[in-house]
Amino acid sequence: MGLKSNLHNLKEKYKGTKMAPAFNALHTFLYLPNETTHNGTHIKAADDLKRTMNTVIMAMVPCLIFGMFNAGYQHFSALGAPVDFLSWDAFYIGLIKVLPLVIVSYGVGLGIEFIFATINNHEVEEGYLVTGMLVPLIVPIDIPLWMLAVAVAFGVVIGKEVFGGTGMNILNPALTIRAFLFFAYPTWMSGDKVWVHGAVERTKEIAAGANVDAISGETILGSLAQGHHIDYSLSDMFFGFIPGSVGETSTLLILLGALFLIFTKIGSWRIMLSAVVGALVMGLIFNGVVSSGWITETSKFYTLMSTEFWHHLIIGGFAFGVVFMATDPVTASQTNKGKWIYGFLIGFLSIMIRVFNPAYPEGVMLAILLMNVFAPTIDHYIIQGNVKKRMKRLKVKTA
Amino acid sequence: MALLSKKDTKLITDPLMDNNPITIQVLGICSALAITAQLKASIVMAISVMAVLAIGNVVISLMRNIIPSKIRIIVQLVVVAALVIIVDQVLKAFSYELSKTLSVFVGLIITNCIIMGRFEAFALANGPWKSFLDGIGNAAGYGLILVMVGFFRELLGSGTLLGFKVLGDPIEKTGLYALGYENNGFMLLSPMALIVVGIIIWVQRSRNKALIEDH
Repeated sequence: MGLKSNLHNLKEKYKGTKMAPAFNALHTFLYLPNETTHNGTHIKAADDLKRTMNTVIMAMVPCLIFGMFNAGYQHFSALGAPVDFLSWDAFYIGLIKVLPLVIVSYGVGLGIEFIFATINNHEVEEGYLVTGMLVPLIVPIDIPLWMLAVAVAFGVVIGKEVFGGTGMNILNPALTIRAFLFFAYPTWMSGDKVWVHGAVERTKEIAAGANVDAISGETILGSLAQGHHIDYSLSDMFFGFIPGSVGETSTLLILLGALFLIFTKIGSWRIMLSAVVGALVMGLIFNGVVSSGWITETSKFYTLMSTEFWHHLIIGGFAFGVVFMATDPVTASQTNKGKWIYGFLIGFLSIMIRVFNPAYPEGVMLAILLMNVFAPTIDHYIIQGNVKKRMKRLKVKTA
Repeated sequence: MALLSKKDTKLITDPLMDNNPITIQVLGICSALAITAQLKASIVMAISVMAVLAIGNVVISLMRNIIPSKIRIIVQLVVVAALVIIVDQVLKAFSYELSKTLSVFVGLIITNCIIMGRFEAFALANGPWKSFLDGIGNAAGYGLILVMVGFFRELLGSGTLLGFKVLGDPIEKTGLYALGYENNGFMLLSPMALIVVGIIIWVQRSRNKALIEDH
């Protein structure tokens, strides 16, 4: 007996009971259902929800693997004993730190999805597959696992299930989880210690009197926000050899993921492009403010404002957020014109928040969450505008 | 012999559960969000509102036949304003620190929709004894939610209850904190109060489906 028939038998056994949705989900996750609909007209297409979700996950896998290597690389570099980037030592640190994040994220999130499906008696929906992969990529590497579990539970229940589950949520669940972590446990989500594995523990050891050097885990944006000079080269920033959340550092791999998403028509190129344009426009405005001499070098915004406008695209989580989270089809604008506005404002606001909020030098999370809330409003006005235009055309014709 | 008749008991118990001013009528949310970061503040607020509402209800009920209906709102406002000022002064005299924490929100009891709502809906049409019970009941329903929200917010947000460190000391790392537990800073922010109230509403309505409104 193969796995398929085993799963099928399990499904038949629990048919009609409360647990049925859970076993249905296990079965259809791997195989096509045995029974097909016989009457009525149907469109046959390969890209169902599960396929869509898997495509996004595939686009993120390079970032995940790179993140594992980078975790170890940053750890050893900070300790002052650098290892090769593509070495087993580096990967091992990443593996033992990142894998638990992935397991906790999926375990808690899918557990809640199964519970809700059983209580509400509907099929388990695949919405969490992508969220579960996004979450480990956008948190600092040293985040305690129980905090992640609490945040995932909060994000899935309050961010998604209360609105009616997958497809009904207003806010992106992965960002809801990150925002919860940020406001609930700021000491683990921001500052100059959390972004490199071991930096927090080292600080504790020093506080306890150990005679070792402190190691810094500051992100580039964090340094800039405090007016410090940064000594990473542009290629480091682009390829991702910098501290940051697990999977967001490599702009190159994110670009690859973006091309993959655009090519498979899963992600909206309109949103990505307009967000980049929005960010560049805001960056140019800030550069203009600096070069026209409106603010002095003593201003606390000076360093971030004078950062060249296109550098903003390759530092921080901007690229990751725009490619993988702004394009979430549920929470983004649905109309094409709306997508341009939605994307542009995300880019524009990201850079604005980044510069004006020194306590939290990353704006893309808050910008996307804010625009998630406004996406239905944008769509409403686009549609009403279209209705009005057509009404006018109708009048001209009938008059 | 029962102390209260069945009808009178209902006046008190109804607002506690099935006709709760906060979770069912969705009134008085503003103060529920603003002052519930600490349990002590919640309790004091609940008691203040109970004093104002019970006495105010009785006063309005006694005057109900002589208030011209055209100016009843301003009369009600005068009554409630007078009571709130008394409560505010008492708090300032006996518990100055706490009145600092509650700041303007004691003054804002005047605008608490529950109070005007009960004056309009109940005290203007019922006798003083019934109005008194109604005031106690509604204020208790309001206070119940306030205390629940305050309990969870203080416990999870600061790790204390009424100022006692029930979960251990976060700086000395005793109790739960020795295991790596940390306070949830989000609980101290107002949005979380709204979410806690929302969860209470959710639990209440899924236990009693009759409370779910039609759309």
